[in-house]
Amino acid sequence: MEKPTLENVLAELQQHFGSNILAVEQDYDFHTVHISKQHIVTMLRYLYDHDTFRFQYLTTACGLHYPDAERPFGMMYQVHSLTTNLRLRFKAFTTASDLEFDTLTTVFPAANWMEREAFDFFGFHFKGHPNLKRILNVEDMDYHPLRKEYPIEDATRYDKDDTLFGRRPAGYDRKRLQP
Amino acid sequence: MKTNFDTTTAPATEKEYSILNLGPTHPATHGIFQNVLKMDGEIIVDAEPTIGYIHRAFEKLAEHKPFYQITPITDRMNYCSSPINNMGWHMTVEKLIGAELPKRVEYMRVIVMELARISDHIICNSVIGVDTGAMTGFLYVFQWREFIYEIYEELCGARLTTNIGRIGGFERDFSETAWRKINHLLKELPAGLKEFENLLVRNRIFMDRTINCGPISAERALQYSFSGPNLRAAGVDYDVRVMNPYSSYHEFEFDIPVGTNGDTYDRFMVRQEEMWQSLSIIRQAIDKLNKLDDKTTFHADIPSFYLPPKEEVYNNMEALIYHFKIVMGETDVPKGEVYHCVEGGNGELGFYLISDGGRQPFRLHFRRPCYIYYQAYPEMIKGSFLSDAVLTMSSMNVIAGELDA
Amino acid sequence: MSDSTVQVAEAPPGVEGAGFFATSLDSLVGLARANSLWPLPFATSCCGIEFMSTMASHYDIGRFGAERLSFSARQADVLMVMGTIAKKMAPVLRQVYEQMAEPRWVLSVGACASSGGIFDTYSVLQGIDHIIPVDVYVPGCPPRPEQIIDGVLNIQKLVGEESLRRRNSPEYKQLLASYGIE
Repeated sequence: MEKPTLENVLAELQQHFGSNILAVEQDYDFHTVHISKQHIVTMLRYLYDHDTFRFQYLTTACGLHYPDAERPFGMMYQVHSLTTNLRLRFKAFTTASDLEFDTLTTVFPAANWMEREAFDFFGFHFKGHPNLKRILNVEDMDYHPLRKEYPIEDATRYDKDDTLFGRRPAGYDRKRLQP
Repeated sequence: MKTNFDTTTAPATEKEYSILNLGPTHPATHGIFQNVLKMDGEIIVDAEPTIGYIHRAFEKLAEHKPFYQITPITDRMNYCSSPINNMGWHMTVEKLIGAELPKRVEYMRVIVMELARISDHIICNSVIGVDTGAMTGFLYVFQWREFIYEIYEELCGARLTTNIGRIGGFERDFSETAWRKINHLLKELPAGLKEFENLLVRNRIFMDRTINCGPISAERALQYSFSGPNLRAAGVDYDVRVMNPYSSYHEFEFDIPVGTNGDTYDRFMVRQEEMWQSLSIIRQAIDKLNKLDDKTTFHADIPSFYLPPKEEVYNNMEALIYHFKIVMGETDVPKGEVYHCVEGGNGELGFYLISDGGRQPFRLHFRRPCYIYYQAYPEMIKGSFLSDAVLTMSSMNVIAGELDA
Repeated sequence: MSDSTVQVAEAPPGVEGAGFFATSLDSLVGLARANSLWPLPFATSCCGIEFMSTMASHYDIGRFGAERLSFSARQADVLMVMGTIAKKMAPVLRQVYEQMAEPRWVLSVGACASSGGIFDTYSVLQGIDHIIPVDVYVPGCPPRPEQIIDGVLNIQKLVGEESLRRRNSPEYKQLLASYGIE
């Protein structure tokens, strides 16, 4: 049997899911499939169960935040098929008012902590997650530190005078980017 | 060791379980991990790991540092094999800017990365020995780790957190002493490793302690996205060096050892064999280097990223400008997203970089192998003795810095 | 054992005569304490690996009478904090310190433990001296084993010269009170 290529995968996805795929783009050696968040689980389940593609290895997943975009929050998933050695990236974006994603732990048990990390860092909720609580930060933390609006430094520090160290003033606006 | 007690069928209502808090500062955990264990006598019924005790916000920190300043952060991730992390990060940026590296640099990188793999596996395997009660092995092989530190010192000046190399190559060529030490290591380490293997591999006590201790099946390991020696011990031959060859690994001949049971003994043996393979890769790399006509290049020609030599900075306008631009992070970087992975000491170490063209990454996500496979730990120790849980953890080589980012 | 390289600690200053040697109790106790410290290694990250080197065969901290690592806080003399202390870890560190019996000393190894180091972030405690008093700081990221040994030697010097009454003095009580430790 001939080894399937990424074009085959994308063609099949296009055929099977059609309009649910918002965009497909290539960045360096990786193809990214943009989908809306309610289709994440069905699409990854389809690729997982597929006889020839078998994307059964979840490489990584993480949250994203593009503060200036219309849909600023997103999740990135990267799957790998160890039989065909193909890799594919999925992205789903959402608005700030609707931060609920479906959990991927039903397909990949490995998604458990990745989703907890995304919850910890960005405040996303995962419907059906078995144990969604903070993982890296202290439990009583009241914000989600990897969102762009929060400073890197501890907000309670008193021993630093920014003007002496040439640090940026508080309202510094870094170059923004659209997804 | 799996026991004959079947904890799943025993009626839970008649039993009273005790709760044992293992960690976060328990000396047997080699780092700070907390596990709240539900114990039935000496047998673990359930475990609830808590992590984050050394969360240092690498990903947030990386959004505030210029590209070359992120190398020291990667050092502190898996600090047992920091050169691999450094190289992985350099390669990610090189992929982003599209830099082509000379062959000689690639071979030098392979040498450094394989040295790092040896030093990583030395520490993990000798600590497995310590946890089974054999301190001797640790004291013997740690000398070789010290020797590898000496080689690092010769290459970059640091021992543990190396910050070795730069984007585009190395900061200097390998010195005479470095070559002498590498050759000495190649000559002498096999005897040391052999001695270590004689001590443990067919040792009845060691085998009784480790065989069937903390096993995981290949299916479960894949579902939990295991990678590296832990996945290979379960019998899956996934190695990034072969599947997605980076640097110049496609030119090398080496075997990927795989285990069958995914237990502590298999993980130990896989690491042990990988050290032999690493030695062979280093030998091949030296051969290839000797065959090259090029004997002096140690970095790629990318003036906008590679710091010019100091004598030129002080005497040459052009070099001074480049130096200033690089240090201030004012060079132009293409916009884009890059994922690059290397085979770290613990598995697939990935860097997912989003660049907005600015001086710092817009977002940098590290795929940390420890973090991903440590979630399987409660499942792996269920039904085993407490002492086996300790052994399972040390054989998984969970590094706190990498786990907690 | 004429070719032995074992070094005997120097006797404290005192009065020596035929068959007797008189010195102050302070210096005698100090001498004994200083050369048999039981460290509690509180190793969290990279510096902990350097500490492993320090106690392994090559550097061998046992040469300075400190090889008996006490993993129980109750029996330890010196708390060696090695590595980053995150805010999640800070209460644990403090509890370990409170569990130690007097007299106790603290050695802060590495930039992270001493000042937060390069991790000036929301999750890292900016130096353990915010929560417990520190006696000796060892700089470095991570410090070389030689530096860690130097830190231990400096602790030994402090221990050897410490007055027996120091722990009862109002200054010391005030110091602990400033950290909120009883």
